Amino acid sequence: MLRSKLEANPNSIWQRMHIDLPLLLGLLLLMGTGLVVIYSAGGKDMDLIIRQGIRLVVALGVMILLAQIPPLAYRRLSIHFYVIGVLMLVAVLLVGTVGKGAQRWLDLGFMQFQPSEVMKLAVPMMVAWYISRFNLPPRILHIVAGFGLMAVPTLLVAKQPDLGTSLLLASAGLFVLFLAGTSWKIIGTIAALGSAFAPIMWMFLMKDYQKQRVLTFLNPESDPLGAGYHIIQSKIAIGSGGIPGKGWLQGTQSQLEFLPERHTDFIFSVFSEEFGFTGIVLLLTLYAFIVVRGMIIAMRAQEAYSKLLAGSITLTFFIYVFVNMGMVSGLLPVVGVPLPLISYGGTSMVTLLAGFGILMGIGTQKRLLSRE
Amino acid sequence: MPPKRITIRDHTSEANLFARRTVIALLGIAALIVTLVSNLYYLQVTKYTDYQTRSNGNRIKVLPVAPNRGLIYDRNGLLLAENRPTFSLEVIPEQVANLDASLESLQQLLSLSDDDISDFRDELKSQRRFRPVNLKARLSHEEVALFSAHQHKYPGISVEARLTRHYPYGDTLTHLLGYVSRINKKDLQKLNEAGQADNYAATYNIGKLGVEKFHESKLHGQVGYQEVEVNNQGRIIRTLKFQPPVPGDDLVLNVDVRLQQVIQQSLQGYRGSVVAIDPRNGGVLALYSNPSYNPNLFVHGISSKEYQKLLQSRDRPLINRATQGQYPPASTVKPHLALLGLELGVITEETRMFDRGTYKLKNVERPWRDWKKWGHGWVDVRKSIEVSCDVFFYDLAYKTGIDNISDMMSQFGFGDYTGIDLYEESAANMPSRGWKRARYNEPWYIGDTISVGIGQSYWTTTPLQLAKSVTTLVNRGVRFVPQILRGHYIDNKLHQAAPKELQPITLNSPRNWQVVLDAMYGTVNNPEHGTARHAFKDTSYTSAGKTGTAQVISIAMDEEYDEETIADHHKDNAMYIGYAPYDAPEIVVTVAMENAGGGSSQAAPIARKVMDYYFANKENGNYAAQ
Repeated sequence: MLRSKLEANPNSIWQRMHIDLPLLLGLLLLMGTGLVVIYSAGGKDMDLIIRQGIRLVVALGVMILLAQIPPLAYRRLSIHFYVIGVLMLVAVLLVGTVGKGAQRWLDLGFMQFQPSEVMKLAVPMMVAWYISRFNLPPRILHIVAGFGLMAVPTLLVAKQPDLGTSLLLASAGLFVLFLAGTSWKIIGTIAALGSAFAPIMWMFLMKDYQKQRVLTFLNPESDPLGAGYHIIQSKIAIGSGGIPGKGWLQGTQSQLEFLPERHTDFIFSVFSEEFGFTGIVLLLTLYAFIVVRGMIIAMRAQEAYSKLLAGSITLTFFIYVFVNMGMVSGLLPVVGVPLPLISYGGTSMVTLLAGFGILMGIGTQKRLLSRE
Repeated sequence: MPPKRITIRDHTSEANLFARRTVIALLGIAALIVTLVSNLYYLQVTKYTDYQTRSNGNRIKVLPVAPNRGLIYDRNGLLLAENRPTFSLEVIPEQVANLDASLESLQQLLSLSDDDISDFRDELKSQRRFRPVNLKARLSHEEVALFSAHQHKYPGISVEARLTRHYPYGDTLTHLLGYVSRINKKDLQKLNEAGQADNYAATYNIGKLGVEKFHESKLHGQVGYQEVEVNNQGRIIRTLKFQPPVPGDDLVLNVDVRLQQVIQQSLQGYRGSVVAIDPRNGGVLALYSNPSYNPNLFVHGISSKEYQKLLQSRDRPLINRATQGQYPPASTVKPHLALLGLELGVITEETRMFDRGTYKLKNVERPWRDWKKWGHGWVDVRKSIEVSCDVFFYDLAYKTGIDNISDMMSQFGFGDYTGIDLYEESAANMPSRGWKRARYNEPWYIGDTISVGIGQSYWTTTPLQLAKSVTTLVNRGVRFVPQILRGHYIDNKLHQAAPKELQPITLNSPRNWQVVLDAMYGTVNNPEHGTARHAFKDTSYTSAGKTGTAQVISIAMDEEYDEETIADHHKDNAMYIGYAPYDAPEIVVTVAMENAGGGSSQAAPIARKVMDYYFANKENGNYAAQ
């Protein structure tokens, strides 16, 4: 049914440009919303809008570029990406630039480069490549190996420390294993091991500021002027938006700068304050549409590697949304995850759209595959 | 491509497996979205009112706005206390990250003295939280400009322009007018108890002394409010609502500041005080205590060095001698005692006795001496007052008895607060049997009574108390509470305060008033023996009065015995009471000078200067009673 619909118009201009139109429209709508909210959150700073606009154009260029590359080419390159990425992560730990209390950047002389961003795509590619080499559902040995491929970069990033990104890396790898059909028994075992691992992480791996974030999350009112300030102000912003919202540029929490990180991690609070519950429902609908569209593309992919990679990219995208919204509304501890395509910022935007480029490539290149 | 592996794969079952997992994943996503949405619904819908309130609490601050303090004028409309705009450097300690470093760098920038810094640190300790502490008052325009250029380096420190109290007449009015100074913890506690803390939320200074303290509630006014929107730095973005403060009342005093200046000049070099009252209503025309000090020092926070200097000065400038100095009234109370003797029939107008210079009681070895060694010869009650004969009054007191004296003199106001609108007042002491028993656990001796007859012994009074008693005397029993406040302006119209009248003293024989007042007339006008005749020679007005010369060690203020000053402190206190015009009194004057010598030679001339000035300027219409 679905196939027949697509094949009814196989030579449309979008198909030839390897662009999935519904997905593109969804993304553009989100980006537009992002610009509108950034304008408000950034204190009507046109410079901010221009810089973000340039980033969006660049990122869209990257997306379209990557959409032209056939999935099989990615599959061949998966292992290379992955190995180079891991090596760079090790390099970051050894010689990386320190910023905001974490060691995340490689100074390439002409630009600062964040290798963990590459891993956001390299990890699902690698795990998908490995798992798809065997028949599905994967056997225990392959699952353990796949888990290991995910765990190495995740731990390296967690060590920087960058809790948000390592969470996304872990999600990307685990989603591949889940979509590949890992049995529920094994999922249960991993979950159990994970909860057992939590106290070890708390004791040995987490830095003081991360522990503080978790403690603050558990009881933000305990330190209203210190660590809990951000989350309290964010909840006030969201709550005081009510159903209709205070109106664009009218959010007092954001306009009067009570909100922290207004145009980056906490931009959802600004959105919620100004557009209210109504706006939130519409925004979530848009995100849900993109996720559903992504999963449709994944299901339609004919080849396991493409299915797994497309599925993982789409689900990880949702994890961004969930973690960001959850953290600013007090459901989750504050880890530095931006609201995808809306938060101001360069690196993650490019990575996200690169992911959608791969997704579009998978969604529009069936003919190459079906040649077989 | 590894086609071999792909060919043996079961694509259909893998696709089905993937589809099943996708559905599960989408279901999981749906569950997470529901979680998010229900939490957001809880925040935005269920708890909307709470968060809206907190959001408003964040952005809306209600700032109190201090009312302008009422001005104070003298009876002729001269401004005695004004509000001047000044710039001061103020620090909110809680907002300064590194106080020590900021102070150090400011010290270089604005050349603050070490004293400025140490005074600031002292004040810091006694300051209310989150209130600005003064670092340097009265900045020059250059200093304001200099600091403004560097302001960004000093968060929590700012130049504030505010109205500051200023007393243009300086030390001429200090004891009377008092001053305002920074509200301290004790003041705050009192304001809290009085339920006035909110009204003072924006006020920096409060009346600490004199009229400024007594009439604080009239002068202060009512606090206003400004509802403002602030950002996270607390900076005001805009004003939402403004309820203006109600300024304090502008007060008018009965005092004539130029008369006060005349008194100040004539008392230079002496420790003493002068009180002038309008007997027709009790209005205080002048009340001056010398030495005085500059009240403006206290407004901006006096340095501890300067304060110590005032505190330790042997001349005790901080004391208001007119209301707190306790002196034996000496002969100035002879008219009062004579009135009592006449009223009780102990003496009559015709009673005569021969004064040989001493007074003896049966069975008492030691005689009481008159100030005139060889006595005044034959004296009656009039002459006894005119020449200030002691022996006549020894006898009068002996015959009247302490109980009668104590009773009547209390009616004149001795030994009690006058009720003047000042808090700095002492009741002094009118001795009685009961008082001596309570104070010393001793019986009253007859000798004590005899000394009381010439205003000595345990009897002390304040110059103001004395003035009040003279007012009663010249009013023939009509009594007024001395009042500094004349009224207040409302819309440029003077609303006069009603005189405070007390229950009058009534005599069985009202003629007795005349006898005593006649004698006071003689004191000034008898060309042969009036003790004040020299001082009041050739006045353009007719006055009456009574001199007094008190033998004292010092004023009764618990002074320590000091060998260096003993000679000086042995000198007599010079006292004078007087009024004029004789037939229709408009002004009552009392003078008390410590260790200055005789009342007729020292105190009376000063009283004359006061009256001279009064009558010379009366024509200008300055002294209309109402």
